[in-house]
Amino acid sequence: MAYSEKVIDHYSNPKNVGTLDKSKNNVGTGLVGAPECGDVMRLQIEVNEEGVISDAKFKTFGCGSAIASSSLATEWLKGKSIDEAIAIDNMDIVEELNLPPVKIHCSVLAEDAIKAAINDYRVKNGLPALEETKH
Amino acid sequence: MELKLPIYLDNNATTPMDPRVLETMLPYFTDNFGNAASRNHPFGWAAEEAVDYAREQVANLIGADPKEIIFTSGATEADNLGIKGVFEMYASKGNHIITCTTEHKAVLDTCKHLEKLGAQVTYLEVLPDGMIDLAALENAITDKTILIAIMYGNNEIGVVQPVKEISAIARKHNVLFFTDGTQAVGKIPVDVIADGIDLMAFTAHKMYGPKGIGALYVRRKNPRVKVTAQMDGGGHERSMRSGTLNVPGIVGFGKAAEICKNEMAAESARLRILRDKLENGLLQLEESYLNGHKENRLPHTTNISFKYVEGEGLLMGFNKNIALSSGSACTSASLEPSYVLKALGLGDDLAHSSLRFGLGRFTTEEQIDYTIKAISDTVNKLREMSPLWEMFKEGIDLNSIEWAHH
Repeated sequence: MAYSEKVIDHYSNPKNVGTLDKSKNNVGTGLVGAPECGDVMRLQIEVNEEGVISDAKFKTFGCGSAIASSSLATEWLKGKSIDEAIAIDNMDIVEELNLPPVKIHCSVLAEDAIKAAINDYRVKNGLPALEETKH
Repeated sequence: MELKLPIYLDNNATTPMDPRVLETMLPYFTDNFGNAASRNHPFGWAAEEAVDYAREQVANLIGADPKEIIFTSGATEADNLGIKGVFEMYASKGNHIITCTTEHKAVLDTCKHLEKLGAQVTYLEVLPDGMIDLAALENAITDKTILIAIMYGNNEIGVVQPVKEISAIARKHNVLFFTDGTQAVGKIPVDVIADGIDLMAFTAHKMYGPKGIGALYVRRKNPRVKVTAQMDGGGHERSMRSGTLNVPGIVGFGKAAEICKNEMAAESARLRILRDKLENGLLQLEESYLNGHKENRLPHTTNISFKYVEGEGLLMGFNKNIALSSGSACTSASLEPSYVLKALGLGDDLAHSSLRFGLGRFTTEEQIDYTIKAISDTVNKLREMSPLWEMFKEGIDLNSIEWAHH
């Protein structure tokens, strides 16, 4: 299967690979997927006092599309408010990366990782968790 | 010598054709185009003579009599003909077939098909090193057993089964022994007499011959084995496989077999050295594991899992330059990793992290050196971005985490 140029670019030069201090109150961590399924994503956000995502990092175990989806997600998250971040839809990722149908689950995982990170941040800061995600 | 890219290390999928084979075939597309079954003119005679010669070359490679070679379209057809043909021919004797879980799909799916037609099939589990358990095999035999179908060498992990011991058990219980020799024939010595094989499927395109031509060996003496034809028509191939013979393919198959026989000793020794170099180089990486029995193996095959890195993502790091297969299938249609590796008892994580290497006649040491470096670099790079690697390094037991399964 041929990968799109954008997937190859993110895979070869992934943006924002790394780890934030998950013990900090203004850092939210989302860990989704499972090793048995062949992909695991960890996505982290750091939120500043204005409620804006000032930093985002990821680490992903998975295929090129999974790595690209999480790399793209971290790029999109930076500078967004929590409310804007919640609005990121997996189909936006599919469109941006030209993911074929068999790789849509990679984008779903990225969306789940965003929501899981936001939830972690909310719970840490005394806010209720979001409703169940659609997936 | 300058390194030419891309490098082909997927010789268990198919091999390139040896130029000597192509050269031998060419006249049989044009000048000598006759139908080998045309008995009344020189065109037919030339074709028949060429087929007879090639049949001898193919038979010689496996120690068979030329009359015992039934040409087919490939190994898949030969697997089907051998197993279905025995099931039908020996129906009055019984309906039980014994095979194992690491067989090729051409054998497993043929057995599944026969189950719908009333066959009882035992799928033996293999040991963690990929070998079958001979005691379990013998215990599985019943008075209804007509066939044992166990492959010679495995396509994914290269494990070579104890064929002589299996055939001895089959003989003792008066059961026929079929083996899928696709990966072994032409690579290691296979002798149907010494090995006690009753039926064997193999194909030209895994031994530097053309695609579209294979054979089923069917023993004629001690015991005389018969299979019911699965393709009806003009009664070609001693009425076991009708259809006009693929003369250029057969000629190429014969030449490929002859070259393999002549060069096998030197070539298998050369490949074993290269394979071991590749394997030792890659096993230097932390948390990398060899899959399958280390000794009982085809000399040109290795299968290695790189823990905490996903196979398809790993391939992407170098697949423009190195052609390889992975045991992982990261698609929504099939999230299941290799059933062969799972049959060895590997967890899904290790099965998803595996690469299969198939070296071949045109593999060079420069290519192996390049491959070791390219794969090591990619594994290290991907581990740097793998959350599982980070957890492993922090001493976190991955089994203690409640993963969200999709």
